[in-house]
Amino acid sequence: MATDRLVARTDEGSQELGDAVLRLPEGPSVDPADFSVERIPGGQSDSVGTSDPSERMIINMGPQHPSTHGVLRLMIELEGETVLRTKPVIGYLHTGMEKTAEELTYVQGGTNVTRMDYLAPLFNELVFAMAAEELLGVEVPPRAQWIRMLMCELNRISSHLLFMATNGMDLGAISMMIYGWREREQVLSFFEKTTGLRMNHNYIRVGGVAADLPDGWEEDVDRLCEILPPRIDEYDTLLTGQPIFRERTEGVGIITEADAVALGATGPILRSTGKAWDLRRDMPYLHYDELDFDVIVGRHGDTFDRYAIRLNEIRESIKLVEQIVDHMPDGDYRVQDKKVTPPPRVRIDESMEALIHHFKLFTEGFKVPEGEVYVAVESPRGELGCYLVSDGSAKPYRMHIRGPSFVNLQTLPPMMKGGLVADAVAIISSIDPVMGEVDR
Amino acid sequence: MSLSASTIHIAQADHLATITRLKEEGFEMCADLCAVDYSAHPGRVLADGVDGQRFEVVVNLLSLSQRRRIRVRTQVSGDDPTVDSITGVYPGADAMEREAFDLLGVRFAGHPDLSRILLPDEWEGHPLRKDFPVANVPIQFKAPDRARGAGGR
Repeated sequence: MATDRLVARTDEGSQELGDAVLRLPEGPSVDPADFSVERIPGGQSDSVGTSDPSERMIINMGPQHPSTHGVLRLMIELEGETVLRTKPVIGYLHTGMEKTAEELTYVQGGTNVTRMDYLAPLFNELVFAMAAEELLGVEVPPRAQWIRMLMCELNRISSHLLFMATNGMDLGAISMMIYGWREREQVLSFFEKTTGLRMNHNYIRVGGVAADLPDGWEEDVDRLCEILPPRIDEYDTLLTGQPIFRERTEGVGIITEADAVALGATGPILRSTGKAWDLRRDMPYLHYDELDFDVIVGRHGDTFDRYAIRLNEIRESIKLVEQIVDHMPDGDYRVQDKKVTPPPRVRIDESMEALIHHFKLFTEGFKVPEGEVYVAVESPRGELGCYLVSDGSAKPYRMHIRGPSFVNLQTLPPMMKGGLVADAVAIISSIDPVMGEVDR
Repeated sequence: MSLSASTIHIAQADHLATITRLKEEGFEMCADLCAVDYSAHPGRVLADGVDGQRFEVVVNLLSLSQRRRIRVRTQVSGDDPTVDSITGVYPGADAMEREAFDLLGVRFAGHPDLSRILLPDEWEGHPLRKDFPVANVPIQFKAPDRARGAGGR
């Protein structure tokens, strides 16, 4: 290794303002005089935003900051307390998962992708499995599809509950944090019962799901649908009507529909601007077109709208889960295609062929026909896409995940522009980024 | 239910013009942009008349109004992996192009800040290229900058 690398400059460190390191977005920074900072009636808003350039400074927030939801780092140019420019710096959690995916077979791939968005792991597995199935031309049995929908909607609930918790925590509502984690745990214990794990399940696999739903799953799901709605109403009372919470979220971090579309933002961020766009409704996959649910939209594109959208999406997901339980068909939970599905466990004990088949499938995997495909699903954070290229072997030639958090983070600079530095925490929280997915 | 989009193949020089035209045709959003290194898969199936190059830049566009997708596959030569940046058309492609540059070394002419996004600035090589090994790679440690005195002993 060349020794000059050891003395090379590094972009680590907190306050580096050298030309090579500081790369805030080009273009004019905003003039603080353009913004009326009047959120605090009778407050000291007049003292904000002198146009003296010597008042400007660049501060660094993160990567180790409690409210950056992982290892997000922000460089913020401030004038007084007003944010002029922001630049997110990412990559602190990069582990080369797309490269890893090229070394794993399609059977093993699920364990890799499930670790990307670790708050909504089932969606990652779903999109990867759907992409591989599209290339294979495999039709997944109905029960497997409905199980996938059930698990994904429950996962959406658990992910949004965690958003409620962290959003509350970031804004000082500590009780909300405890409640959110508590309720999420209820959903996770159902996941544990079904998949064996609370997170990173590797449950949705190419060709179906790993196991059928456990005995008594209806009661468990019914219980969740019973206990959650009153709790959601409690959060509603606790936060929505609370003056301090509203003060800190209303009118903060506004983004317009045009900006959100131009920046590729999807999910609650796009819907908060009033654009009703939900892949479950607009480009349906699985059996979402057979279900009745509403797409929740906001009006102002601010932090409060994004909170309200997620809160109400939990309610919609509960509605969906109830319908899915009613619709759940009987049948196989994985496709009966010997090429992709291992033989049942009992057959391995009695048949040498089944044992060999099982062994070959898990050591060599199955070959996927040459081709490329892009599949997208609506994850709790927006459009989660998987671009999969196969060269006809048992491993993906290239797998690219379009992480919604990665793209949504680009809306941070326009949202922060002209706001107060104290609002930064609320705005980051409202984007709900999962750094595992951003950095992959 | 069709999950796949229609695909068009274009040459390196037509990248920006095609994307611009598609935006005018109603594809409001750039859903995804990534690059693929095909150097380990030379005999891939391509549409007739397409001259396969080492790299492909793959852009997935989404039309919210027409509810459809289209995929643009641009052939990019391995000798000069440069295409025009589409950030002027889709500002959201900014981070995606930086990622493609970072991991595959495809350059985007006209990008406002084409720098590494996931890997450290001083990283050598582009890991998603097929000639970048997965094992036996020397670990690229970072050392504190002693000249500046930050963190040095």
